[in-house]
Amino acid sequence: MTPESKHLEVTLETQVESVNLAEEMCLRVAEAAGFGEDECYRIGMSVREGVINAFHYGNQERPDKKIYLAVDLTQDKMTIHVVDEGRGFNLRDVPDPLAEENLLSTSGRGIFLMRAFMDEFDVVAGRTGGAEIIMSKKLPAGGSSSPNGLGGGGGQSAARRHGS
Amino acid sequence: MTLRATSRDAGPVTVVDFSGRITLGDGSALLRKTLRDLLEERRTRILLNLGDVDYIDSSGIGELVSGYTSVKNRGGELKLLNLTKKVHDLLQITKLYTVFDVHSDEHAAVLSFR
Repeated sequence: MTPESKHLEVTLETQVESVNLAEEMCLRVAEAAGFGEDECYRIGMSVREGVINAFHYGNQERPDKKIYLAVDLTQDKMTIHVVDEGRGFNLRDVPDPLAEENLLSTSGRGIFLMRAFMDEFDVVAGRTGGAEIIMSKKLPAGGSSSPNGLGGGGGQSAARRHGS
Repeated sequence: MTLRATSRDAGPVTVVDFSGRITLGDGSALLRKTLRDLLEERRTRILLNLGDVDYIDSSGIGELVSGYTSVKNRGGELKLLNLTKKVHDLLQITKLYTVFDVHSDEHAAVLSFR
């Protein structure tokens, strides 16, 4: 972690309200980092979808499980990690929502939206044994990871919040 | 922003004016309940006015698709009216724009029902 980079993480309860909380938190970071309205929308939507995935598919909506959200802001990009306490999954096993036979499916579009809206996207095995979604967006030209970006002073800032 | 829904009649068509966000939780639940109530009242020509809906997530999309299928299975039609740019773009990239009958003029939309 360089002196210019910032790190923020929160532990979220497995509940619907955590989706909005995560979106709002990441939107504040994105706005402060200099992303425009359209890019903020895409980042916010991706965070929503990542946390919905953890809430519903990963943690099976079980309130005894947690969702871990982390945001890293470096000089060139904003990276978001969403970790659940489920069993994990392989991206190759996720059905293509654009396939003719899946168009009328009532679910399964979250991964697609995150892939579409972010510059980089991957799913790996998380430290909890569940899935860890990692997605990033390049900072706009002229954007910055200024100290105001995450509300801290210079250097690394970190916050941890339990529950929501 | 909390989702609100108001239903009104336009001839044989029920128009539902939505405003707010259709997202996981209350928004998706209200959309589901609204469509379920209309179907219970045997109203199967439904036009959803999304002119004041500027945000839909995958949960909201799922409810729209579920509603579309439920209405179609009852022999009816569910159509969309006045999409905002974000919702329009979302339906485009998910290919659902090819599934839904989307209108920008209410009068023409009402006349398009069989």
